[in-house]
Amino acid sequence: MHHSATSAIAHRPLALINARLIDPAQAKETLGGVLAIDGVIRDVGASVTRANLPSHAEIIDCGGDCVSPGLIDMRAFIGEPGAEHRETIATATAAAAAGGVTTILARPDTNPPVDDPAVVDFLLRRARDTGRVKVLPAAALSAGLNGAEISEIGLLHLAGAIAFSVGARPIRNARVMRRVMEYVRDFDGLVIHFAEDPDLASEGVMNEGELASRLGLAGVPHEAEAIMLDRDIRLVNLTRARYHAALVTTSLSLEVIARAKEAGLPVTCATSINHLTLNENDIGDYRTFLKLTPPLRHENERRALVAALASGLIDVVVSDHNPQDVETKRLPFAEAEVGAIGLETMLSAGLRLVHSGDISLQRLIAAMTIRPAEILRLPQGRLEAEAPADLIRFDPDAAYVVDPLALHSRCKNTPFDEARMEGKVKLTMVAGEIVFEAT
Amino acid sequence: MSQFRAAQPNGTYLPNPPGRNSAANADGAKHSWRRQLRSYKTVPMADPPKTFHFPHRHLLGIEGLSAKDIKLLLDLAEEAIAVSRQVEKKRATLRGRTLINLFFEASTRTQSSFELAGKRLGADVMNMSVASSSIKKGETLIDTAITLNAMRPDIIVVRHAQAGAVHLLAKKVDCAVVNAGDGSHEHPTQALLDALTIRRNKGRIEGLTVAICGDIRHSRVARSNILALSALGARVRVVGPSTLLPSGIERMGVEVFRDMRAGLKDADIVMMLRLQRERMQSAYIPSAKEYFCFFGLDEEKLKIAKPDALVMHPGPMNRGVEIDSAVADGPRSLVREQVEIGVAVRIAVLEALAQHLPNE
Repeated sequence: MHHSATSAIAHRPLALINARLIDPAQAKETLGGVLAIDGVIRDVGASVTRANLPSHAEIIDCGGDCVSPGLIDMRAFIGEPGAEHRETIATATAAAAAGGVTTILARPDTNPPVDDPAVVDFLLRRARDTGRVKVLPAAALSAGLNGAEISEIGLLHLAGAIAFSVGARPIRNARVMRRVMEYVRDFDGLVIHFAEDPDLASEGVMNEGELASRLGLAGVPHEAEAIMLDRDIRLVNLTRARYHAALVTTSLSLEVIARAKEAGLPVTCATSINHLTLNENDIGDYRTFLKLTPPLRHENERRALVAALASGLIDVVVSDHNPQDVETKRLPFAEAEVGAIGLETMLSAGLRLVHSGDISLQRLIAAMTIRPAEILRLPQGRLEAEAPADLIRFDPDAAYVVDPLALHSRCKNTPFDEARMEGKVKLTMVAGEIVFEAT
Repeated sequence: MSQFRAAQPNGTYLPNPPGRNSAANADGAKHSWRRQLRSYKTVPMADPPKTFHFPHRHLLGIEGLSAKDIKLLLDLAEEAIAVSRQVEKKRATLRGRTLINLFFEASTRTQSSFELAGKRLGADVMNMSVASSSIKKGETLIDTAITLNAMRPDIIVVRHAQAGAVHLLAKKVDCAVVNAGDGSHEHPTQALLDALTIRRNKGRIEGLTVAICGDIRHSRVARSNILALSALGARVRVVGPSTLLPSGIERMGVEVFRDMRAGLKDADIVMMLRLQRERMQSAYIPSAKEYFCFFGLDEEKLKIAKPDALVMHPGPMNRGVEIDSAVADGPRSLVREQVEIGVAVRIAVLEALAQHLPNE
């Protein structure tokens, strides 16, 4: 596996002890510790105590804080190449480390797009040299993201792309999508698609409904997402490609996903932390930091998403990190860019759902660790012996107020500006090496 | 977003000066209001009463105004009509103040109306029509706002093609801001002048049935009027093809009609909206011909409304598309009066906001 923070140099054994161990593969948590040696977890559980550790091990007493695998974020825009004014791998991974994210799947809609093995190679080398956490490239499904020709799937795969995706521009042509799926299946690759009918959504800038009408803004109907998702699922049925819906945000889409899963199709899906914790009312007086695609929906939809996350119908939670500079956000709502940063606040925001009693801590952590790991076929995201020692320590009850200026991302377009949060990452470890420690 | 306010039960209007409207109302069916208007006596040149209280620094929309606020503005405008009919039309309310008309979208009547209103109150008025070219130069709305703010205006009147643009600008400047139309969102002074036109001709607003017809989806005039007229106790209907009705409109406290004939039945006021020609290209309606057949106001359809129903249009009119010339120029049309009252309403708005301008 290519990534930045591993190194062949043997470090001192490092142990996190006296912790609530959140193993996403287990329903219940245990009190104990984790011992990391040479970048992998050597031992984990109640037996890892101060008394049982190698004498030269560095010991961190967690004082009852949670320890879980580091988070895996399946959708983030990291700026490089081509949008370094918005984000760089250095700033994105600094934000990730501070937010407990140890693996990022980078969006391919960069400039140039990730449709060439050389770009994959560039990203891997830049991540190795400048990144604090693991950055994995997703390559473009179509050449130039044009939705017309298949990109060099095989060569991209050989270069190290671990999934094939689009940015926010779906493949409109069903024939092309079918061919892409068939071709990716031959490599047993994963298709990640952003499903939104571009014609039906075209004019819309927020969720269609009463609120959009009152604000005088054009809306995006729920059907824009469901129609494209429905088409995709039928093509999965035809091609049997492994398919992951990048973002589902409505109950209509959840019905489509539920049917696909019941039929045993190789389909998984994610939703964003924003859609789980915010709704269209948060737009308020035309707040452009809340302008997202797909748009924030009605509270009923948010509730449906939370329930689907609790039941496991939604597999994964993503940050959908999308840094936008002030110039493109301080515009009238319809003209402003879409997107919000989220790497650094994903866990804190997700813990709101735990504190409100809507989902268990295990389920939340699983949707940010082991489920993405399974879908992407990664060894990390697990709290078990021989797994990579990508670990985080967090206090789920530590209260703080989000200060945009203190965030590590190059852009400050957080929808949680001045929001009160409970739950803070205290330490992040990638391959046995500490990459972030709260001061 | 707040819910619509319940209609105020005390929506009755005390005429000022007394007697005029009751007379106009009594024989309104005979259209004696025109004579009434002509014989309307001028009041002595005077500054407006200092006793009123308008609790807002900006006028960004009808949303957020109480029925009391709206009535106050209508009462102030009623007085301003008198001023505008005098030979000497000036007041000193805004003497020494600077008003900037900042129009990002072309407008004849709204811009000239604000210009006259400012001048009649003694303000220095500057008109800025920001062509799209300077936007292309890279100057954003915020840049423009900051630049203008440095010139220390007292009031900026803004029109912009995007909903919310005026709210954004208001956050970046120190002076009072008046929304002269933002995208499909609001056009508050149009709604105020429509309300006053109705009140002067019908003697009241409460209890009247007002049918707003046409392109509701894209109309800021419709949104502001729905808010204002509902707050003043009117029964508001919207009439149009489903493609031109915004989603969720039925939850805005209006009755929705897709059949114009049904929507006009028993209406006291028929308010037509302008249909933009581009709507045909973007698949909202098939053709102007078909639109006129089903949703154009002609004499035959107008017969379905009450016998004394009056016709309004915010202008500019597309004759033969949404309104027949015979109706537009007919005896029941209030279109020209709307323009006159437009100046008065803008005088009233500027006077109300002048209360909050700093004096040092």
